[in-house]
Amino acid sequence: MSSLSATIQDVFNEPGCGKNANKSEAERKKGCTKQLQPGGAAGGCAFDGAKIALQPLTDVAHLVHGPIACEGNSWDNRGAKSSGSNLWRTGFTTDINETDVVFGGEKRLFKSIREIIEKYDPPAVFVYQTCVPAMIGDDIDAVCKAAREKFNKPVIPINSPGFVGPKNLGNKLAGEALLQHVIGTEEPEYTTPYDLNIIGEYNLSGELWQVKPLLDELGIRIMACISGDGKYREVASSHRAKAAMMVCSKAMINVARKMEERYGIPFFEGSFYGIEDSSDSLREIARMLIERGAPEELMDRTEALIAREEAKAWAAIAKYKPRFKGKKVLLITGGVKSWSVVAALQEAGLELVGTSVKKSTKEDKERIKELMGQDAHMIEDMTPREMYKMLKDARADIMLSGGRSQFIALKASMPWLDINQERHHAYMGYVGMVKLVEEIDKALYNPVWAQIRKPAPWEKSGDNWQTRAMAQAEAEAAALAADPVKAEQVRRAKKICNCKSVELGVIEDAITANNLTTVEGVREATNASGGCGACAVRIEEVLAELASASHAIAAE
Amino acid sequence: MATVTVSKKACSVNPLKMSQPIGGALAFMGLRGAMPLLHGSQGCTSFGLVLFTRHFKEAIPMQTTAMSEVATVLGGYENVEQAVLNIYNRAKPEIIGICSTGVTETKGDDVEGYIKLIREKHAAVANLPIVYVSTPDFKDAFQDGWEKTVTRIVETMVDAPKSPARRDPTKVNVLPGCHLTPGDLDELRTIIEDFGLEPTFLPDLAGSLDGHIPEDFTPTTIGGVGVEEISIMGQAGWTIAIGAQMRRAAEAMQQKTGAPFMLFERLCGLEANDALMAFLTEISGRPAPMKYRRQRGQLVDAMLDGHFHIGGRKLAVGAEPDLLNEVGGLLAEMGAQLLVAVTTTQSPVLERLPTEEVLIGDLEDLENLAKAKDCDLMVTHSHGRQAASRLKIPFFRMGIPMFDRLGGGHQLMVGYRGARDLIFNISNLLMADHEENHEPTPETWLEGFSSCHATAAH
Ligand code: SF4
Repeated sequence: MSSLSATIQDVFNEPGCGKNANKSEAERKKGCTKQLQPGGAAGGCAFDGAKIALQPLTDVAHLVHGPIACEGNSWDNRGAKSSGSNLWRTGFTTDINETDVVFGGEKRLFKSIREIIEKYDPPAVFVYQTCVPAMIGDDIDAVCKAAREKFNKPVIPINSPGFVGPKNLGNKLAGEALLQHVIGTEEPEYTTPYDLNIIGEYNLSGELWQVKPLLDELGIRIMACISGDGKYREVASSHRAKAAMMVCSKAMINVARKMEERYGIPFFEGSFYGIEDSSDSLREIARMLIERGAPEELMDRTEALIAREEAKAWAAIAKYKPRFKGKKVLLITGGVKSWSVVAALQEAGLELVGTSVKKSTKEDKERIKELMGQDAHMIEDMTPREMYKMLKDARADIMLSGGRSQFIALKASMPWLDINQERHHAYMGYVGMVKLVEEIDKALYNPVWAQIRKPAPWEKSGDNWQTRAMAQAEAEAAALAADPVKAEQVRRAKKICNCKSVELGVIEDAITANNLTTVEGVREATNASGGCGACAVRIEEVLAELASASHAIAAE
Repeated sequence: MATVTVSKKACSVNPLKMSQPIGGALAFMGLRGAMPLLHGSQGCTSFGLVLFTRHFKEAIPMQTTAMSEVATVLGGYENVEQAVLNIYNRAKPEIIGICSTGVTETKGDDVEGYIKLIREKHAAVANLPIVYVSTPDFKDAFQDGWEKTVTRIVETMVDAPKSPARRDPTKVNVLPGCHLTPGDLDELRTIIEDFGLEPTFLPDLAGSLDGHIPEDFTPTTIGGVGVEEISIMGQAGWTIAIGAQMRRAAEAMQQKTGAPFMLFERLCGLEANDALMAFLTEISGRPAPMKYRRQRGQLVDAMLDGHFHIGGRKLAVGAEPDLLNEVGGLLAEMGAQLLVAVTTTQSPVLERLPTEEVLIGDLEDLENLAKAKDCDLMVTHSHGRQAASRLKIPFFRMGIPMFDRLGGGHQLMVGYRGARDLIFNISNLLMADHEENHEPTPETWLEGFSSCHATAAH
């Protein structure tokens, strides 16, 4: 366990992570273990995160050590794709029982590893630690070591019991396991000046394959993709790559950064969502490879390819312009991706009425402002009721979001499109953006909407649950508008820091009472932003607002 | 008589089983205004949420006490307290149902004690129904979690009737097993109502997860059976329990209220539904409505038409005991041979299955046995799709989860109509498979000849 907490500390000290970089030493030690709210939380666990990050390694046997809950309830639920082995889709678990809980599950784990190797002979077995065996003290590191020696095969412990933290911590712990036990343990058959690692890309719905042909055409070899459509040997020898691209998700920043540190592989953070981002990423890849010794002409070929692909994509998207005239989109997604698609949607003639920035960094927000104008409607944290109202008031014609919010749109009889993990279409690269636009068109113009919005024959018009829900929401809003005291209360009650549960009013009071000017100061006074740090941006905004308000008063 | 064996493997491969806390949570979802709460780390809840959302294609209410590593070691009182208060303040539930998990059972949290303390400390929740069920992940399976939860609900929420004389013979309690879909419950409700009886389902997933549109944005369940309705279940004349898993709950009901019960281990198939009709006729004093006489005829007809396709099939079924008994039983009655039966947990029905051996195992076992016995039809939940496609045999999806097809929640199995539909659907699948993969060619005749030859040579 102590080695696990050391690893967690190490992950928290990750200098490449923007969130942690602007925390004080003491704060950073506490790390991202934001106190989850009992009765108010709904995310995955660290084990979930580790499994998501590594399972797309397709030829590995992923063995989950724990009771049936961890694997039995969840296996086979990810849409990553493989061009070869399907072993990754096989669910392996020790399914420990009461006896194991009393006497320890190490023997069962060891036997399980043996069974897997005898039956499936994979290039490696990954063993995931979960909560219950961690509690009873099963030492998976020791079991893996013993198995490795006995069977002469890599058996990799992934120390990620769910209760150490949320999903994104699990992503990083998975990365640590790769750094510690896999990367650099084998040598590639050959190398070329065009060898590239891609980190933090999972090939969901086979998305990577929309970009790979372009890289192939340029002669760029994906030495290892960590971990989409990845193979164990590729990852083990990925330390010989010339450059790396970290796909926008910050999941495995520790892998990218430590590989730079250890093996001198420079990396950049890029995205293949959106046309311009795809072009930028290709350029950056070419630039870095040239810097590390690839011939200069690579850049010319890259530019030519970009020009060709962009022209094709914009032409395909332009067709939709007349059909999208006056149509409005509400985009609710983990912030990073949002600006990547905004440009393409705008190019297609769609108007964006809002985009969520819940998980966005300050830079993300700047990008959004650049694209959508200063008064871009950025949504911090919308309740289902607010989303519903937005759709219902026809301030939006379609909602793009992750699966969690789909029912809000569908129950409002409004078109919805999945742009998150469980989607069935691949939206990456130039082709992907065109596909996204096509899908929006399909959803918007589906005749089903006109059908299902019709009232039932026995329904009096205007008397269904939807109108009632709307009326209720409006009545509440009107009541608030009529009651400035209550409205102010509601305004002040808005949660700014979710981790430490600090409300806007508390922060405002602290700022005025102590003349605070920095996030640090606010943190010391109120404990806000003492958790994951994501709300630092919001606190800055509060600071700026109060500052400008007091200026205004002073000027009077 | 089937013998029951337990797989001896250390490593379960391609689990068929799901954990019992989420079975318990699903039972709570059949209550109106309910918020199921798993006492454990948040991942356990999140996995359950994803699973049910993908199966029912509905927003699913489910919460977690979000146990951290530290809380797990120290004990979870504060987490349970906070969770209950948070849920109470935000979601205004009519009932909170708590299921423990492996994490909190390993430590051994005294949740009943916690609840008592919470009630004492917080007047707001002093009278809020809170039901706790112990459901460690490292024991038993999904079906057991459901069964334990329904039993607990009966024990804690049903009132003993003040006077047995006030029993209302037109009221019937129905305790459905977790193998019935919302569609099945609707069908049963109609059947029972057609006899002039008034059924109360506990739990009633048809009211909450049947895909209808909600009245508002309640974070709790929106349909299902209400707390009030549960409390007066003791006044009913009879309790009908469906599936062997519901025996304990039915017994608890009888003990508490004196209401006699009738247990139907199966409700899929001709004989099973004849028994139901006879029983309903008896307790209602009404003859079976014409509609069911017609439906019976249709089922008989479907059995005649379907037996050409299902007869002789070598069948491999992977399912929880009661579902296994329902489909395995029906298809065996149609002439299929139930050669491979794999299940998740112990149950008295297993011995009565029309097969030689039942294995408590996983989908790898199902696949290997199906291969060894040359099965030509596989029935299990969606996770079986990889196995079936490797074996290149037709695959019929039944049970939870069914995430890669629509309508799982409406799949019908009970009643004459349910059995008829099932026979049609499976027969059509087999016909399509025949057209696509088994049209005779000159070679197949030869193959057939040589394999005959080979057998003859033995
Ligand atoms: S929180 Fe722990 S017990 Fe629950 S699913 Fe995650 S690893 Fe498994």
